[in-house]
Amino acid sequence: ETQTKCGTISLFSHLHQYSRKAPLTQQLSIPSTVIHPSIVRLGLQYSQGIVVGSNARSVALLHAFKQVIRDYTTPPNEELARDLVNKLKPYISFLNQCRPLSASMGNAIKYIKKEISNIPSQFKEEEAKTKLQKCIDCYINENVVLAAKAISKYAIKKISDGDVILVYGCSSLVNHILCEAYDKSRKFRVIVVDSRPRLEGREALRRLVQRGISCTYVLISALSYILPEVSKVFLGAHALLANGYVMSRVGTSQIALVARTFNVPVLVCCETYKFCERVQTDSFVSNELDDPDDLMVTRKGKTQLENWHDVSSLGLLNLVYDVTPPDFVDLVITDLGMIPCTSVPVVLRVKNLEQ
Amino acid sequence: MELQAVLMAAGGGSRMMDLTYNTPKPLLPVGNKPLIWYPLNLLERVGFEEVIVITTKEVQKMISTDPKVKLDVKMKLDLVCIQEDADMGTADALRHIQQKVKTDVLVVSCDLITDAALHEVVDLFRAHNATLSMLMSKAHEFTETVPGQKGKKKTGEQRDFVGVDGTGKRLLFMANEADLDEGVVIRKSIMRKHPRMHIKTGLVDAHLYCLKKSVVDFLADNKSISSIRGELVPYLVRKQFSKSTNSPKVIDETHQNLKKNDSNVNLEIQISSRDEELLHLTQERSCWNDHRGDMSDAYHGGRLRCYVHIMDEGICYRVNTLAAYIEANRLAPKLFDEPAVHPSAVVSERCLIGADSIIGASCQISDKTSIKRSTIGVSTTVREKVKVTNSIIMHGVTIEEGCNIQGSVICSNAVIGRGADIKYCLVGSAQRIEPDGEHTTMSKACSA
Repeated sequence: ETQTKCGTISLFSHLHQYSRKAPLTQQLSIPSTVIHPSIVRLGLQYSQGIVVGSNARSVALLHAFKQVIRDYTTPPNEELARDLVNKLKPYISFLNQCRPLSASMGNAIKYIKKEISNIPSQFKEEEAKTKLQKCIDCYINENVVLAAKAISKYAIKKISDGDVILVYGCSSLVNHILCEAYDKSRKFRVIVVDSRPRLEGREALRRLVQRGISCTYVLISALSYILPEVSKVFLGAHALLANGYVMSRVGTSQIALVARTFNVPVLVCCETYKFCERVQTDSFVSNELDDPDDLMVTRKGKTQLENWHDVSSLGLLNLVYDVTPPDFVDLVITDLGMIPCTSVPVVLRVKNLEQ
Repeated sequence: MELQAVLMAAGGGSRMMDLTYNTPKPLLPVGNKPLIWYPLNLLERVGFEEVIVITTKEVQKMISTDPKVKLDVKMKLDLVCIQEDADMGTADALRHIQQKVKTDVLVVSCDLITDAALHEVVDLFRAHNATLSMLMSKAHEFTETVPGQKGKKKTGEQRDFVGVDGTGKRLLFMANEADLDEGVVIRKSIMRKHPRMHIKTGLVDAHLYCLKKSVVDFLADNKSISSIRGELVPYLVRKQFSKSTNSPKVIDETHQNLKKNDSNVNLEIQISSRDEELLHLTQERSCWNDHRGDMSDAYHGGRLRCYVHIMDEGICYRVNTLAAYIEANRLAPKLFDEPAVHPSAVVSERCLIGADSIIGASCQISDKTSIKRSTIGVSTTVREKVKVTNSIIMHGVTIEEGCNIQGSVICSNAVIGRGADIKYCLVGSAQRIEPDGEHTTMSKACSA
């Protein structure tokens, strides 16, 4: 009964199933005229997994928007403030079809739409465009670059010599913190935990080892074996929800749970621009379904799950995100300081007041 | 604008002089359409609205004056003429139109007949911000006998060696047998970065290239490069791994070039350098890498990347030899939906026309003729009791009664006398075959 049609899981049938085999670009014209070429390029990079990671996706999105704004001309009898926002709508829905927008991207889009709407009507087109470009640069600088610096400063206070730090997957922020700590001559070693099918930990491992940090690499199935050695767990986040839950790569909640059992402190590092107004208590109601064919493994020329479509009682599920309850998280390190998980709605309220 | 299409239609067809001495290659009929129609149709289908066509004055005149040459395309064609005797290579032609090139280009050859999904090639170009993206296909054996050639002719063409990485998309190595002295030489720097390389031979290069605008500007400064396929592509493939492309000096050089070309100097440089920073930040924060196993960043930090899409199935022919021309005629009808017998052709009821034959406009086919697996051109007259099998008859031909034509190519305006028996021959333009003549495996064309 858990199957509606072959291959789909009824519990997740409300979510869109993405498949890499049917690229959206097949329907688009070459050269792309309806959708701006840099948006098409971005959509391709999202769907092929070339730009992956909450920060990277937001930065790439804003970079593409800069190109769009640069190539934009106001049609006669239209106002830039209103028309440009309308121009962005089909681009955003195209990107959403390539890959669902992340919370950070959503916040970035809100910001840019607000900035565009607030352009005073007496601004000439060139002035308005320059102002918008500057706003975008400013946003990225404050929320990504400087936030990373601030978070590193706080986080380094929590790293002492002799620490064994556990990280999961490849979080750009956590990698940045560890590299900064190493540069500031803290003596620690890292355990990188990885999981299929993405195996993003390999890239994190490469970046840390390239810096000179001594690392251990395990798969998530060895987590309870390795945890007795660990002194702290640093996790990255895709988004922080308004009820204090942490939304991150699937597997994170498992790490937090086992770490809590072993009484190892769990620290989540997250920039404030990833804070989200949504409330979620489980990983089912809203998630992203990735290509189920990624779960197949070919070893020595044999793929066991090759014909899984033909087996009517078999369905493959490839979830991307999961939510971790605040009970398992000891501290959240943000650019505003080190706060407990339950203070997220306060931060959101303060940010809204500022705007 | 994302891409500009450039169609190269100035080539001579030097490997099929029997056909092209009178008709320029872009206008050779394939399935009763001029050869140039096929790449134009491909471009139109994917959504191009205008094309720059580089061709000779002769072709331009024929397109505008000859009623039999109907191009039937809705796109705007910008014809650029070059001298026939200028001996311009494809890269020279691209340099010639450098002023018209405002953005990245898609270069297509006029002799390409394919049903490839172009978005595969362009997606590689877009997603990886590639400098070059090209199309290749697995070669198919030509099965038809070529008229005028005794026995199976050895291709005599030098092999092309194409090296790709594990994904089959990144182009690592390209060399032609003619350029190699003793063996295939692969530099250690390539092997260190890509330890697993698949080297393929027997691929057909479709001569379809997506090139960045900076390449066209580069050609303007390097006048020694004459051919895209012969010189530019191998150069770009080699340049991917050369030390100088990967050094930070290159950023300054591109800024210098920007200064030369733009009047709005400061703004452009500022914008481009900040955009570069953002792209760099994106790549830094993105946990993606194109390879595994060494300590290098994505793409090994290389800025110049060449990609190739290799078609497994589907039609992809370059009509540059007689054998390819005949094969293309066999397959061309599959590429368009028009009825096999043109509505304006007058076809008698008592003749036998096979399902895979094409009859052109204004033809006259008389009684008791049998036409199988053949193409009959526009305004051709076929009299009674004629048998045409496996042949290509071009426009304006007259075939008198009782002829038997098998496996042959009859060029335009030829006259085949009554009762002639022609097997595996190539009859040139406006030639006459005397009545009751018997010819096997010969080529009768006018000597230039």
